Amino acid sequence: MSNGYHVRDRGWQPPGLYPPYKTTIKRSPHAALLSFPTSISEETGPAFGHNILGKLDNDLILNYARPGEEAIGPRIMVHGKVLDENGRGVPGALVEVWQANAGGRYRHKKESYLAALDPNFGGCGRVITDADGHYEFRTIHPGAYPWPNGMNDWRPAHIHFSIFGEAFAQRLITQMYFEGDPLIWRCPILGAVSNPEAIKTLIAPLDMNRTVPMDALAYKFDIVLRGARQSFFENRQEGV
Amino acid sequence: MTQPLSYLKESPSQTAGPYVHIGCTPNFTGIEIYGGDLGTSMKTGPVKGTEITVTGAVFDGMGSVLKDAMIEVWQADAAGLYPSPKETRGVADPNFTGWGRSPGDMETGEFHFETVKPGQVPWPDGRLQAPHITAWVVARGINIGLHTRIYFEDEAEANAVDPILTRIEHQSRVTTLLARKIGDRAYRFDIHLQGPDETVFFDI
Ligand SMILES: [Fe+3]
Repeated sequence: MSNGYHVRDRGWQPPGLYPPYKTTIKRSPHAALLSFPTSISEETGPAFGHNILGKLDNDLILNYARPGEEAIGPRIMVHGKVLDENGRGVPGALVEVWQANAGGRYRHKKESYLAALDPNFGGCGRVITDADGHYEFRTIHPGAYPWPNGMNDWRPAHIHFSIFGEAFAQRLITQMYFEGDPLIWRCPILGAVSNPEAIKTLIAPLDMNRTVPMDALAYKFDIVLRGARQSFFENRQEGV
Repeated sequence: MTQPLSYLKESPSQTAGPYVHIGCTPNFTGIEIYGGDLGTSMKTGPVKGTEITVTGAVFDGMGSVLKDAMIEVWQADAAGLYPSPKETRGVADPNFTGWGRSPGDMETGEFHFETVKPGQVPWPDGRLQAPHITAWVVARGINIGLHTRIYFEDEAEANAVDPILTRIEHQSRVTTLLARKIGDRAYRFDIHLQGPDETVFFDI
């Protein structure tokens, strides 16, 4: 057993209430969160084996396309590493992603944006990190889209990420943004993250080293989950 | 000057948004893929212990039901063992996953889990905790996932000495963490994001 997890830095994380993102007003708890040391209930979590994955689960260009067809849009690779705060790669982490299509439209009943659906794009994919914590998937560059909040709010292009590490205490949902997008610094959802240095950790740089020539551009996105606290006692046990 | 502490910072959370179900329960939204949604069933065969259902919904500060939330639960088996590689006290029931994920009903927003009554698990100092299910809520308008716990109102004796329940300053709020018994082996647990019945959420 570990000795719990590094305390979450609530100044680095977005607060529950951020009025420019209007929906937070009625959905953020008012009372202070209750702090307590983690127990086995938070330090464990479900493990997902690579055997749950299908061959195309991490290929959003093909995983919903009709045979012989492909999703439309700029082709990209997204790769990176899931790490913990101690800098160690997290193997076996389940990474689930979802996104709008190249026109900024989601495949969802409640979605009303006039941009067209792509019949060959479902918008979801999943991958499990390898022994070093690496993951990779292929998709199309999502479009920006407008959303009802202020009079004229647009989401920067983004990919949603859900990540399972080794412990329920590490559970995280976040979003990846793209280098150079001018909408990033106008977004009320990102604005909830008050420290610009924290926002930058969600912006994936273009990675020319990982591109597929004549095929796909590449972006690199590392994700950091909470780190387990180490103790002398624990180290000694492992050393015996 | 000192040497820098070379820890990394946790990635900032971002809201799951209104379309979390596309990524986490795509089949529920009509995107047929992966051969089914993860976390739909917590049992892979006959399980040990008392089988129960836990049903509930998430309410906002206006008392409206959220229809775009996703709830995940994680719990020990009937013997109090976690089906996790990090469990060192024994081997958990192989037919019980311990983990469930519910998108909530499209019309009513109700989440529903068919599970087993969890056994007791230890607190770091060795005391036993009351039976509980760890729960995590995400939705549009929730910037960072909310952790809470589902305890059971018919475990009064264990609840009375639980290390967390006894730590809650305003003891009147303890009831927000108790699932109500609504039938034989059926429990109801509603989550209130705000208001007089605001659920106790955890910073774990
Ligand atoms: Fe989105």
